[in-house]
Amino acid sequence: MPNVTYTQPDGKEVTIEARDGDSVMETAVRNGVKGIIAECGGACACATCHVFVDEAFMAKVGEPGPLEDDMLDGSAEERNSCSRLSCQIKMNADLDGLRVRIASEQV
Amino acid sequence: MSERILIVGAGQAGMQIAVSLRDAEFDGTITMVGEEPHGPYQRPPLSKAFLAGESDEESLELRSPAFYVENNIVVITDEQVLDVRWDAAHGTAITNTGREVAFDKLALTTGADVRRMDVEGVDLDGVLYLRGLADAKALKSRWDAAQDVVVIGGGFIGLEVAAVAGKNGKTTTVVHRSERLMSRVVSPTTSTFFKEAHERRGTTVLLNTQVSRFVGDGAKVTGVELADGTLIPADIVMIGIGVVPRGDLAAKLGLELANDSIVVDEFARTSDTRIVAAGDAVVMPHPLTGKGQVALESVQNAVDQAKVAANTLMGVENEYHAVPWFWSDQDTMKLQMAGISAGYDETVLRGNPDEEKFSVIYYRDGRLIAIDSVNEVLDYMAVRKALGAGQTIPSENASDTSVKLKDMVQD
Repeated sequence: MPNVTYTQPDGKEVTIEARDGDSVMETAVRNGVKGIIAECGGACACATCHVFVDEAFMAKVGEPGPLEDDMLDGSAEERNSCSRLSCQIKMNADLDGLRVRIASEQV
Repeated sequence: MSERILIVGAGQAGMQIAVSLRDAEFDGTITMVGEEPHGPYQRPPLSKAFLAGESDEESLELRSPAFYVENNIVVITDEQVLDVRWDAAHGTAITNTGREVAFDKLALTTGADVRRMDVEGVDLDGVLYLRGLADAKALKSRWDAAQDVVVIGGGFIGLEVAAVAGKNGKTTTVVHRSERLMSRVVSPTTSTFFKEAHERRGTTVLLNTQVSRFVGDGAKVTGVELADGTLIPADIVMIGIGVVPRGDLAAKLGLELANDSIVVDEFARTSDTRIVAAGDAVVMPHPLTGKGQVALESVQNAVDQAKVAANTLMGVENEYHAVPWFWSDQDTMKLQMAGISAGYDETVLRGNPDEEKFSVIYYRDGRLIAIDSVNEVLDYMAVRKALGAGQTIPSENASDTSVKLKDMVQD
């Protein structure tokens, strides 16, 4: 199963083995990673699971969809070119080793 | 001896109280008791992704089982707290299995039950409600074989199920008692839009329509008979006519109730200051104005009020001041709502409902109070932020789509 490493807002790094097909958000929340709130549970409705994807993985992860793009415009911490909502990134073998930094402000 | 906190109810609010207590470094005992056979899980996907087959049971879990072990949170499932005994210093809860759980402080997150119908045939096989995972599984197990789906109740749950049914190619009818859809919470403009949008997708929407009985062939439902005698064929009837808060334990404890809801203050305290309550079971002061009593049946409220309740349990008074928000996914329509529109005296339409991309913005005494957005995330986010900051957006300009709403915000 693919691994994903989170840098929490407190600077601590946590690596979790994800279930294939689970989102980066779900993997974090279910395992108690700090900083991802995800109140809507992955419906792309709340913009509280904002992460910055490590540049090396950006090509594999891809750009946000139009709805997600609009949501990111309203995110609490200013977005940049590596911003994604982690509920919209599904883990798979290709993303093994993925690294994301969790936005320090979500609401 | 360290302090013991008991949480009755293992849903979104109960789980959040437990997590927030540990986040605040509460080092005592946390016990959560839930009636369902599984730990805390997400309910919103039950009428959306789970029904559509896009998510499975494990992905519904709010936390993995290991999380509770690592954080020393005891989760007792499949048990109901029937009564509580108070001694001088502490309380003891008694469950239906005879188990006794001693505690120093108590949190009630007992949630709500579906409102049930009392008409002939309601016990036929295939007449279903949707609240918990067991309900969702019952619905799903009949889903693929069903062609005719009748939804009773044009609220969020009913319309979400109707949207999945329509998308799955089923013959879908929504039977709604009042004159417009989701009438309790949205404006006529939004209601009319959703009626037409569901009709465009092939769903029949019947307003001002009462059910007289469900008819069956043997034990199985085959149709819905309306008050005017019309018979609509049905393989599945899904009843979504609202919820009833579960205040029975609170009543036993002598807490103040309003109808069946537990009355709490802005610190999530019940009328007994040893007991906090949060989520679907409570009524609270309006989180933005502090006036009146409101019930907010939403994930947002469960989470934010639970955080307030956890603070109160820790002796930290942190008033509940969150912008209420809500969403409903119905096929390609994402409805997002922020604020509380009740009591509005003016609305502004922004965008074009015919393009399925618009917002209705609500005002009271010239002040912004709420928004419904359909596929207009930027509008929704702008209003949610403005309300959170105590700001407004002048109503006279708000319909101008050439300017972003967030650029119109003022104090």
